[in-house]
Amino acid sequence: MKSAGGVWQQRIILTVVAAYVSLLIIAPLGSLVTGAFAQGVGAIIAALRQPDVLSAFWRTLWISLLTVAVHVLFGTTVAWVLVRHRFAGRSLLNGLIDLPFAVSPVVVGYMLILLFGRNGLLFPVLQHFGIRVAFALPGMVLATLFVTLPFMIRELMPVLEAFGIEQEQAAATLGASGWQTFWLVTLPALRWGMLYGLTLTLARALGEFGAVLVIGGGVQGQTETATIYIYRALEERQYVGSFSAALVLGLLSLTIVLGADLLRRKEK
Amino acid sequence: MTVAEAPARGADGNFRAGVKLPWGRWGARAVALSYLTVMLIVPLVVILQDGLRLGLGGLWRAISAPVAWHALGLTLWTSALMALINAVMGTLTAYALVRYEFPGKRLLNAVVDLPLAIPTLVTGVMLVVLYGPQEALGGWLQNTLGWRIIFAPPGIVLALLFVTYPFVVRTVQPVLLGLDRDQEEVAETLGAGAWTVFRRITLPPLALPLASSTLLSFARAIGEFGAIVIVAGNIPLRTQTAAVYVLGQIESDNRMGASAVSIVMLAIAFGLVLLVNALQRRAANRQEESQP
Repeated sequence: MKSAGGVWQQRIILTVVAAYVSLLIIAPLGSLVTGAFAQGVGAIIAALRQPDVLSAFWRTLWISLLTVAVHVLFGTTVAWVLVRHRFAGRSLLNGLIDLPFAVSPVVVGYMLILLFGRNGLLFPVLQHFGIRVAFALPGMVLATLFVTLPFMIRELMPVLEAFGIEQEQAAATLGASGWQTFWLVTLPALRWGMLYGLTLTLARALGEFGAVLVIGGGVQGQTETATIYIYRALEERQYVGSFSAALVLGLLSLTIVLGADLLRRKEK
Repeated sequence: MTVAEAPARGADGNFRAGVKLPWGRWGARAVALSYLTVMLIVPLVVILQDGLRLGLGGLWRAISAPVAWHALGLTLWTSALMALINAVMGTLTAYALVRYEFPGKRLLNAVVDLPLAIPTLVTGVMLVVLYGPQEALGGWLQNTLGWRIIFAPPGIVLALLFVTYPFVVRTVQPVLLGLDRDQEEVAETLGAGAWTVFRRITLPPLALPLASSTLLSFARAIGEFGAIVIVAGNIPLRTQTAAVYVLGQIESDNRMGASAVSIVMLAIAFGLVLLVNALQRRAANRQEESQP
């Protein structure tokens, strides 16, 4: 039973929301697609097949995969310790986890420069061992690690909390060793949280721009990632190259996030 | 929190039994703590030390330099305006998604998550392609209505709105879904108008989640770079935001300026994150109280 006023209220709210989403999200998305296709599919393929562009995308992919691997290992450990252990400073640490979410990527890159750059604190040590971090891939991986720190931990913590420990206790009672319990009981329970955290990490890592630009320097063919290429191409007015790379990168991370969503829904 | 927790914890608050990670309790704790120290705490300490090397006076001089001061101000007001719009539109969107049935509902639900999956730099590119002064819509807006969007503050607000759209919607939506509608119906039966019902019955339980997600979007906006750097145009004293200012100072080797503004941004981010954490904890406690 809806009153006439209720119907109008619904119409107005839906119209406002539809207009907002169209102007803010759908229309810009559509114009990126038309912008990329402005000179036909051939131009897109030609732009994306330039060696610099390909190497930029590969670099992005490697950095992102490495980041994900590190977070699977350490992120799980951190989530575990924060949920299962009680120690002084735990709640402060718990709050700090969210910090990278709000810290500007530029500041992240800058902090790493202060540590590893030419006047950096750790520069003498690095030079002694002949390792380059700033303006090189290791620094870019570190920057991406910082920026994506919360995702895996924040996905896993509620899962670990809800899972409790009864099943693990049961397994231990039945004679399972620590390793066995971890592999056969705990890890399977975490898998969906882990998958979701992993996809969010991956999507964020693929799209990271400011932090890798500052610490990597964006040297063409050496420390240029996909996002840095998009930026450079736009500045150099190579619009088709910029728009099509942006489209590919957007589709890539969209596919990853949607794919994980689909998998999760299927399981349920 | 969970039922299993109470009896399973020993006197020190640690779990008495249950699985220990293969490398043992202390090993895991050491790994976790050193990881967080290396990743989070060391970089933060280094930047603080760098910004304070000329003392508080030096820090203040660097912050109050006109260009830096303007960049911080611009960042703060555009982020605040964004947060306000996001709070209203996010609540409306969540309300539409929970309370109404309409064609395209699933599409809307999917579009809400889109900004999380799209790189922020790509967001900036998209907005320039649509609203740029040389493009069809952007050119029309500028020539006919005199509205400059790209390379001006409206573009900054638009980019921030895009990036943070899911925050409020996805926080308010589940709370709205869990609300009992009986009270609203009673109020309606007693003759309360739609707005009164919303303000007096529906809004109060949404207040905490709405506040925390709005603050979170504000915190995120303060540091946003990728979406803004293209849209804002980097004109000092006009459209240069704090993050873009820091980049400029790094490139021109002005460490003091970069460190000082970075510290201000970090302090805001840190304060807001702690505040949001506290609000979320309160919201969680309240929910537990209402559902014993």
